Amino acid sequence: MVRLLVALLLIGPVAAGLVGVVLPAFGYFPSIGRTTFGFDAFRELFMWPGFVPSVRLSVTTGLGATVLAVIGASLISAALVGTTSWQRLRVMLGPFLALPHATAAFGLAFIIAPSGLIVRLLAVLFGWDRPPDLVIINDPLGHAMILGLAMKEIPFLLLMIIAALPQSDFDRRLQVSGALGYGRIAGWFLTVWPAIYGQIRLPVYLVLAYSISVVDVAIILGPTTPPPLAVAITRLMNDPDLAMRSKAAAGALVQLGLVMAAFSIWWAVERMCRAFRNGIINGGGRLPSAEVTKPFGKATAYAITAMLIMGIVIAALWSVAGFWGFPDLLPNSFTLRSWARRDALIDAGMETVLIAGAAVVAALLIALSLTYTDRKLPTWLLYAPLIVPQVTFLPGLQTLMLFAGLEAGFFPVLIVHLIFVLPYVLLTFQGASDAWDRRFAVIGAALGRSRVSIFVRLQLPMLIGPLLGALAIGFAVSVGQYLPTLLIGGGRVETLTTEAVALASGGDRRLIGVYAVAQTIAALLPFVIAALLPAIVWRNRKGMTHG
Amino acid sequence: MKSPLLALALIAPTALWAETDPADWDAVVEAAKGQTVYWNAWGGSTATNDFIAWVGDRVEEDFGVILEHVKLTDTADAVTRVLSERDAGKDDDGAIDMIWINGANFASMKEAGLLYGPYAESLPNWAYVDTDGKTVRTDFTVPTDGYESPWAMAQVVFMYDTADMEPVGDMAALLDWTAAHPGRFTYPQPPDFLGTTFLKQALVDLLTDPSVLQEPATDENYAEVAAPLWEWLDALTPNLWRDGTVYPQTGPAQLQLIADQEVDLAISFSPGEASTAIANGQLPDTVRTFVLDKGTIGNASFVTIPYNSGSKEGAMVVADFLMSPEAQAHAQNPDVLGYGTVLDMAKLDDAQRAAFEELDLGIATLSPAELGSVQAEPHPTWMTRIAEDWDARYGVTQ
Repeated sequence: MVRLLVALLLIGPVAAGLVGVVLPAFGYFPSIGRTTFGFDAFRELFMWPGFVPSVRLSVTTGLGATVLAVIGASLISAALVGTTSWQRLRVMLGPFLALPHATAAFGLAFIIAPSGLIVRLLAVLFGWDRPPDLVIINDPLGHAMILGLAMKEIPFLLLMIIAALPQSDFDRRLQVSGALGYGRIAGWFLTVWPAIYGQIRLPVYLVLAYSISVVDVAIILGPTTPPPLAVAITRLMNDPDLAMRSKAAAGALVQLGLVMAAFSIWWAVERMCRAFRNGIINGGGRLPSAEVTKPFGKATAYAITAMLIMGIVIAALWSVAGFWGFPDLLPNSFTLRSWARRDALIDAGMETVLIAGAAVVAALLIALSLTYTDRKLPTWLLYAPLIVPQVTFLPGLQTLMLFAGLEAGFFPVLIVHLIFVLPYVLLTFQGASDAWDRRFAVIGAALGRSRVSIFVRLQLPMLIGPLLGALAIGFAVSVGQYLPTLLIGGGRVETLTTEAVALASGGDRRLIGVYAVAQTIAALLPFVIAALLPAIVWRNRKGMTHG
Repeated sequence: MKSPLLALALIAPTALWAETDPADWDAVVEAAKGQTVYWNAWGGSTATNDFIAWVGDRVEEDFGVILEHVKLTDTADAVTRVLSERDAGKDDDGAIDMIWINGANFASMKEAGLLYGPYAESLPNWAYVDTDGKTVRTDFTVPTDGYESPWAMAQVVFMYDTADMEPVGDMAALLDWTAAHPGRFTYPQPPDFLGTTFLKQALVDLLTDPSVLQEPATDENYAEVAAPLWEWLDALTPNLWRDGTVYPQTGPAQLQLIADQEVDLAISFSPGEASTAIANGQLPDTVRTFVLDKGTIGNASFVTIPYNSGSKEGAMVVADFLMSPEAQAHAQNPDVLGYGTVLDMAKLDDAQRAAFEELDLGIATLSPAELGSVQAEPHPTWMTRIAEDWDARYGVTQ
């Protein structure tokens, strides 16, 4: 029963949204008097001079970011798993994951832009009074965007790798390969990585689908002449001429096709890599040179950590800056003026917390009832709403909602957030829940305890750590949602993220700084609670904390 | 050519009248009490957002109207919303009660019958509006017919850093300057409204006789009239910031570019913007403004009420408050907005007039005399075509 409801919740809106997009794309759009099917919308879309470069950009940035993220995550894990740096990195991963994409993108821009931190340091050193006229941010080939996406996806993949590590038997595999004369890195890539990759494949495809279809990061870091297809679709959706809606719908379907095409490319790349690896294994070479990547993996981990933290620090500085010209490293003066516009900030903050809180409570109830009834959802089902691009099905859903006479506002937004929150909560929690040793339940039952009692007194307390961790991720996912809030909320639901992206268009770095800091706090607070709560609750029961 | 919109207009239900006749102002104020007005207005400028928040406080105080600012990145979002609501048959209590609007968006909403009214000239404060001297009854040559009420006057000025350059007198001189100083100028990317405004301003300045732009563009005359613009842009683009491969996405984004020493010159549609930005620490205090020798384009900003608003009375109260001497003087204060007033000083009493005369317009703001003659906005059809062609010519760089 619960499973059926959850399946409906996850699939229903996506399916409805697809219907709402397919009809106008093929010409059926009664509101503007079109009721005959045809390919006009596609023809118009293909006539747009920016179409081909826009599609090419989506594919290259999406694939580029995914390749970079997978290479980065594999190098970092190869170099660090089992070391003390790995333990330190592990602690940072949750918060890094929680940081909304838009916040991380702003942070990166503050650092690498021609008037950003790096150039300012050089300018002070060499006495420049003007930044170089270099295309770094919004570059037509999307390099800044690839970098920004990869930087955010590497922590996600690392977290997935951590979940996969226990089943990979990595220490014994490394021992054996070490005994056979392979170095750590070579041993990792030839024996451990295949086992891990098998388990993180779906998340990798998720990263690929996300990167190809992303809108907010593309608006902040991506090219504009032309923008990637997902941004172009969002613009078309907003055109006052309603006829543009069918063009947008056609674009949304092309977007779905792009994701499918990228999946097949990735699938082919996977096969090639496998063949390549088998070739190396059969050749018997020990690849001593692979060890040189070890410092590189470590450096990548440090670079990402530094970038994300510096980004937030600079955002915080901008939020209290008076005039801050180039090439000054610090503002001329400090003022709390940007923070003094409290009303809008507090409203948006409350709305953000309310939606995320409600979504997380709903996700919690669903996760608990699934655990209690000992049922699992098929993994593909959880991934379905994450893999279909948001920009494909949300516009259709918005149109259908209007036709059904459903008010835009808090509850529709909550439901749509839940579609994205729930998979992350369940995906992160199910691993720990599966790993729970059933023999505790057997002992409990043998001691005469009821199922409820075992659940409440044994299973839940032991799983409280992972459960809170999963909820924290769910909260952060909700905080970071841009397109669902914008489209389904009908503009009446304002969260920190929609405000921040709206402000990005105005380019007022002080206010962007304020919202970036507020977003960070909203997304990170649950992690702090999740980390502290078990320690407080179980301060007298050390054995429970490793649950 | 906008046949879908025309079709909509033909099948549209006849305009619904509000529950309250705008002429009966006391009844309007009475009905407005307790209503919540969702004002959809562009939210990219901090100063404007603060001003709207102030209006919200004031109308709640005086009239018990709750004002919510729905921050748009593009006014077209709101137009789309009203259109989709009508498609869905949502003819009352729509999501939007008031829109900050002008130009093409107004033209298409009016044409499609999506607006409530006429109401504007029944508002009590309309009596103070400068109907002779300011373009408050036409919007980009389209008659407003009382379907929108004005609340601010805008005129193109150029903000420049006096530490880096001298003012230029016309578009030809601007081109020469960029050739001598490559990479130091850019403009917002069309279809951003300030970006298209820059193109309009260039075209108006380049034509010997810009009066042709007052009539709708036709297939016959468009190519010939627009030709000087393309010739000029072809020469200008290689001299632009980032060689014209990247453009700022909005007007205010240019402020950051000046503060970062990335560019020396930027277009603005608000004579007071530079002074306000200097006061806010967004621009260096060496920035000043200039207008072109032949004058620059000016227009009015309006608010309009969608036909399916559920709080029309509340929206009218806000629209009326925006035209009040109090709100107008507040908006003209450079520490607040620095927007030009729509009122006729001669129609105000001495105390009201004094509030305007006391204002220090700010170090970078030109006086009304220095702003010179205002050029008329071209008919919206010109901009629609020019924006499309711009995208094909310069919007795809690889």
